[in-house]
Amino acid sequence: MWTGDCVSDLIPTLSEQELAAIDAEIAHLPYRAAAAIDALKIVQAHRGWVSDDSLRAIASHLRMSADELDGIATFYNLVYRRPVGEQVILLCNSISCWIKGCDKLQQTIGERLGVGFGETTADRRFTLLPVPCLGACDKAPVMLVGEELHENVSGELLQQLFGAPAQEGS
Amino acid sequence: MPVIHIDGRAFAVEAGGNLLETCLSLGMDLPYFCWHPAMGSIGACRQCAVVQFRDENDEHGRMVMSCMTPVTDGARFSLSGERAARFRKTVVEGLMLNHPHDCPVCAEGGECHLQDMTVMTGHRDRVYRGLKNTHRNQYLGPLVHHEMNRCITCYRCTRFYVDYAGGTDLAAQASHDHVYFGRQTDGVLQSEFAGNLVEVCPTGVFTDRTLVYDYTRKWDLQSAPSVCAGCAVGCNTIPGERYGRLKRVHNRFNAAVNGYFLCDRGRYGAGFVNSERRLLYPGLRNAEGRYDALDHRAALQHLQRACSGARLAGIGSPRASVEANFLLRELVGADHFAPGFSTRQQALVELALRLRRDSRAALPDIRGIESADAVLVLGEDVTNTAPRIALALRQSVRNEAFALAAELQLQPWQDEAVRTLAQDRRSPLYIAAVGDTPLDDVAAARVSLAPDDIARLGLAVAASVAGAPAAHEGERTPALAAQIAAALTAAQRPLVVSGTGSGSGAVMEAAAQVSEALCAAGKAAMLCLALPEANAMGQALLCGPGALDLAGLTARAASGDIDTLIVLENDLYRRGPRAEIEGLLAACRHVIVLDGMDNATTSAATLALPAASHIESEGTLVSLEGRAQRHYPVFQPPAERYPGWMWLLACMKELERTEVRELQHFDDIIRACAARIPALAGITAAAPDHHYRNAGVRVPRQPHRYSGRTAMHADLSVHEPQQPVDEESPLAFSMEGLNRDQPGALLPFVWTPGWNSNQGVFKFETAVGGPLRGGTAGARLFEPGAGVTATAAFAPFAAQPGTWQLVPRQRIFGSDELSALSPGICELVQPGYLELCAADAASLGVGSGDGVTVGDDLATLEVRVNDTLVPGCAGYAEGHAGTANLAPLARVSLRRAPQWQRHSAQLIGSDGGGGHV
Amino acid sequence: MNSATADLDRPLTRNVRPDRAPTDMAAYEANGGYRGLRRAIGELSPADCLQIIEDSKLRGRGGAGFPTGMKWSFVPMQDVSPGPKYLICNADEMEPGTFKDRLLLECDPHQLLEGMICAAYTIQADIAYIFIRAEYHRAARLLREAIAACRDKGYLGNDILGSGYSLSIHVHASAGRYICGEETALINALEGKRAIPRAKPPFPQVSGLWGRPTIVNNVETLCNVHHIIERGADWFRSLGRTADAGTKLYGVSGRVKNPGCWELPIGTPVREIIEDCAGGMERGYRLRGFLPGGGSTDFLTPEHLDLAMDYDTIGKAGSRMGTGTMIILDDKTCPVAFVGNLMAFFAQESCGFCTPCRNGLPWSSQVLQDIEHGRGQPVDMDTLERQVEFSGTIGNTHCALAPGAMEPLASALKYFREDFQRHIDERRCPWCDGGRG
Ligand SMILES: Cc1cc2nc3c(=O)[nH]c(=O)nc-3n(C[C@H](O)[C@H](O)[C@H](O)COP(=O)(O)O)c2cc1C
Ligand code: SF4
Ligand code: FES
Repeated sequence: MWTGDCVSDLIPTLSEQELAAIDAEIAHLPYRAAAAIDALKIVQAHRGWVSDDSLRAIASHLRMSADELDGIATFYNLVYRRPVGEQVILLCNSISCWIKGCDKLQQTIGERLGVGFGETTADRRFTLLPVPCLGACDKAPVMLVGEELHENVSGELLQQLFGAPAQEGS
Repeated sequence: MPVIHIDGRAFAVEAGGNLLETCLSLGMDLPYFCWHPAMGSIGACRQCAVVQFRDENDEHGRMVMSCMTPVTDGARFSLSGERAARFRKTVVEGLMLNHPHDCPVCAEGGECHLQDMTVMTGHRDRVYRGLKNTHRNQYLGPLVHHEMNRCITCYRCTRFYVDYAGGTDLAAQASHDHVYFGRQTDGVLQSEFAGNLVEVCPTGVFTDRTLVYDYTRKWDLQSAPSVCAGCAVGCNTIPGERYGRLKRVHNRFNAAVNGYFLCDRGRYGAGFVNSERRLLYPGLRNAEGRYDALDHRAALQHLQRACSGARLAGIGSPRASVEANFLLRELVGADHFAPGFSTRQQALVELALRLRRDSRAALPDIRGIESADAVLVLGEDVTNTAPRIALALRQSVRNEAFALAAELQLQPWQDEAVRTLAQDRRSPLYIAAVGDTPLDDVAAARVSLAPDDIARLGLAVAASVAGAPAAHEGERTPALAAQIAAALTAAQRPLVVSGTGSGSGAVMEAAAQVSEALCAAGKAAMLCLALPEANAMGQALLCGPGALDLAGLTARAASGDIDTLIVLENDLYRRGPRAEIEGLLAACRHVIVLDGMDNATTSAATLALPAASHIESEGTLVSLEGRAQRHYPVFQPPAERYPGWMWLLACMKELERTEVRELQHFDDIIRACAARIPALAGITAAAPDHHYRNAGVRVPRQPHRYSGRTAMHADLSVHEPQQPVDEESPLAFSMEGLNRDQPGALLPFVWTPGWNSNQGVFKFETAVGGPLRGGTAGARLFEPGAGVTATAAFAPFAAQPGTWQLVPRQRIFGSDELSALSPGICELVQPGYLELCAADAASLGVGSGDGVTVGDDLATLEVRVNDTLVPGCAGYAEGHAGTANLAPLARVSLRRAPQWQRHSAQLIGSDGGGGHV
Repeated sequence: MNSATADLDRPLTRNVRPDRAPTDMAAYEANGGYRGLRRAIGELSPADCLQIIEDSKLRGRGGAGFPTGMKWSFVPMQDVSPGPKYLICNADEMEPGTFKDRLLLECDPHQLLEGMICAAYTIQADIAYIFIRAEYHRAARLLREAIAACRDKGYLGNDILGSGYSLSIHVHASAGRYICGEETALINALEGKRAIPRAKPPFPQVSGLWGRPTIVNNVETLCNVHHIIERGADWFRSLGRTADAGTKLYGVSGRVKNPGCWELPIGTPVREIIEDCAGGMERGYRLRGFLPGGGSTDFLTPEHLDLAMDYDTIGKAGSRMGTGTMIILDDKTCPVAFVGNLMAFFAQESCGFCTPCRNGLPWSSQVLQDIEHGRGQPVDMDTLERQVEFSGTIGNTHCALAPGAMEPLASALKYFREDFQRHIDERRCPWCDGGRG
């Protein structure tokens, strides 16, 4: 590459813990870059999302270009390249949950938290995202909050998770 | 040969191909997008669909992608069947959903493969009512323009950029119908071959940025077959002109030299032709030291006066044509003619020619290089000195993959499958250089060594190939030498690459020894030596060994032996220390400079004559492969700017020199040169002479749809201008004529009915990827010899505290004079610098960005710490501003330059021209 | 029915408890676990195992029903080029309406591991991966624990049970995307790349993960392997009610009284599954149609209720058994909106590689939205038909995603055409906004 300029940009760094976890993945893979998805997820687990700086740090650790890594990061739905709330609500909107009224559920959650799909609450606690079929169609509608699966989601459950409905949402 | 049946007709076809390329080779019009003749098939676009039948009783058949379907004996296909045709039409319809239909303002318009395929498939009516996706475009640097909305997601860009050319800073992003091809953030594309995206992209996502802002449609471009003057590889080009301006350069297919691709120096490096700094009129220096403009008659009279009865000397140019150099040499006499290299460079080029002519090893063309299954690169940073060859070397390492694929009956064109199978298994490529090179990523191993040690490594490899114990006394790399020797010996077609780039003759001698040893061991070895500049080989052949060099000429001038010095297309200030050049020019009463550019040398001329560039003139250049190739004027130069050969011929006629009495035409000069110089006898075969007619007519420079010829200059004059008549070539400055099946050297542009883009080149090829129907352009001037003699051992490099050995480091943008002045590239050229390893930098108390003074004020340059450099060696950016005083391999002292400040932008070469316009 | 025979009849779910608590190593072994493994590794050669699996007529449970033994037999056993071989368990379950692998993963992780070790032994794989979808956090955790337990027991690691055979299993959690379930896309994902399917040939059996021979099998497929090895091919073949062999996890979701997932003999009639297991339709809902095996299978209608749920019977009826998990279309749900929901999913999940899928699916999705929301035009029916042919024909696309995506649409146009037409004619959805009653 012709601008192999030695005055390179400062590469942001990863934490000890992150590095250790990534290196553990690399250890059983034949190529460093093969750990790309694992590394993105590890960093995301620590930081909530993958910022441009995080992306560059991972790329440099895996000795691949940030351009290639971003191609991978942006391919996968669950690598967040924008900040998300403390907890991500993945609401299943596939066929069985749709039959069982996930639209209404989305509306209810949306009203209660004041967010639509892809949005984060003002207090940064929740981000609401749609997710394809969660493999629990017999318990539709379902949603995943953090790592917790909630089946047969009902009004009471929403109340439990997100508190009482806002005043105007009668 | 397998026989296949297409729509009921039987065809005997080449085995091993895919159906798409087979159909195209048969001359059929089968649409496609993602397939590329040099990059194979991936089956993404689904545009090339045909129906395949099991047997003659199968009436239904199934849809297959022709690009993914091997031709096998007895196979039955339908191209024209309703179902396949309907599918292909719907594919275009699908691709057009999000396409902006912005053809009127798109730089690709008129040569757009997407337009062609849309017409070919018959898609016309838009049914889709949805919204279109839109994307944000990126700034990708001054060369390539990005317009993502036009993308049809064929993946050709990343397949070229990443898979083929080894780039890392372009990638497919996102997914489904949001796929985006770009960088992580805006920024200059880093590949030396990025410009090929412009031709590889089938629509207007990637276009020439330099064209976008000075735009002309392809159909309005006048063009002619040309040869890149950027380096000694001699890639074939098609420059296009309108309104007297060079608009852009495209690749001209040559199976032996450049295939489908150019490097960015070649694509963008001819833009200097439009420079404001180019000379239009002869200038005579007056008493105040300023220049008076003359017409050519007056100029010739001055020339005649300065030359008649004077003791003449001439300095030619390794970037000027064989013919111009030949005439100057005739004018001043062989004994008074220096070919125009720096003294040191001249010795290296002469040596390279001798080695290359003597060596038994084959002299590979680009196909040979790509076929190499083991490569040793000694001392040469090929990417920066002979870029197109580096791209070929990058393909050579894939031969291991092809061999693995063959075991599974996979064809090389099954691109993704072959890459998947091979992973990172590559044919061995070893690099020994003074520091890192852009090919390192595909090298099995690379070492940094001082030039002397590179030569020693080479000799050790040669000895090891010959079966002698590899370990020389004090050897730094005995194990590596044995490893390289083993790899080369195990290969079928080993290749050794070296060249003048390291500044060391020993390195080239060692390279020749390695290939010699391989030949002796019965291998079909190849040897490729890179040379500086476009016609270096031609100069070496013209002048022969032991020609007068710059030092010799300077000495003569100093002793008052030269009255009149004629300099041809050569800025001498780039050839030696400033003081010496100044002394030389001052010592001659008349300094006549023929050059297109206002530069330090023209500024020192007593008479300056504007010379046409290679884009505006005919001429022969001899590539590093020893291939003589002809370029033709794309357009007639303006005002009093004429080709060098024309000035010199006129001058000799003015002087009534008998040897030119019979010479009228350019062809006459070629013949005279071929007759006078046995080594150049073959140049007549480089291209047909001006009598050639294609089926009775000339070859046109303008496509059929060239528009506004009579109105183009109506703002200046309403009189219809007469079209220039080309008396020197079979080409016409006209759209009348025939552009089909003529010799390859005469391919002025690629256009054929239904194929307005460069994709139509297959119609000019004997078969897809094969040589042009009219024959491959150019003529090889010599073939391998009987063998090189043994070389004495070299002493190892010894670092001496307090001194450094200067080693040249080249840059694709900046090391070459004229390309660096071209729009786009000039933004990428950096000021001169000096590379040091970290320890050496520390010992001088400097770091990157600090200044360092070389020797006794030879130069003060910015330091770059590069830890791949050998301790004791200092790499300087050859050809860059401020480095003209530095000679390769010189031992110099270095010291920190305390007052030094980084220059923001510096012009390279001899900045600050004189007062011409 | 005593529990021993129940075990024999329902080998896959015998350890599944009503509360769905996971079966740990002790419980698993207590119920005869790792016997198949001991038999395979202790008594049989890889070739023996392959023969048993071939004889058993086990077919892949991932959707396509490809004979498992035949697939394995393509792995070169005397591979001359150096390098490992791989086994991959496809636990990416993301097909809309499919919820069977989750059950196996969460309730009985050891069953999968035992099956995998036997399968890996058969093809002499060096490393095995479980590619599990990102959202199955619990299953991934249980699998990791189970793998550790196996290592402690010597069922995994070097020199398994003193046989000289070594294997390690790694769990790779995906980062989300349906296309990762396609086996070659999965391999690319496992390599850390964009999950674009690969061209076939070469098939993964010869050039898969990192260019090496690789077998990809579905969770349910692998869970059968050690049972077959332990009890024999004849036993397995005898389990099926029709020509197909073994049991199958069948599921029903939608407006039925008792949605769920059950292990039944393969070839059980649809009616039994819907009416007996799922308890029939919810009160007030009538069955209009069903997708027999997940979101990418063709609709069948009440007239098909008595068909046997096996690969060939359902195939002949114009659909596919797919994953065996049915989705019910009731009379209060708009078929256009139903198909529209699926199409939006598939369009979103297209990898973006080939044109008919990347551009065809969003186009179909847009037309379906238009029709559903009363913006349909007469030409749209023609457009949909064209799209079905364009993206829905095998061979037109690079992988099977788009043809699968088109199956519900194609069959809906066949069975529910008048509903589409009514939307267009009435310029509104006859059900209501949102398409559900
Ligand atoms: C788009 C697409 C998605 C798929 N998703 C899955 C999946 O989630 N799980 C699965 O086991 N097979 C899936 N498959 C099928 C696999 O490609 C493959 O055929 C299967 O894993 C093979 O396993 P089997 O032979 O055991 O059935 C999918 C196929 C396609 C085309
Ligand atoms: S059908 Fe084509 S675009 Fe769709 S998922 Fe398969 S390869 Fe990707
Ligand atoms: S050219 Fe054949 S699929 Fe693109």
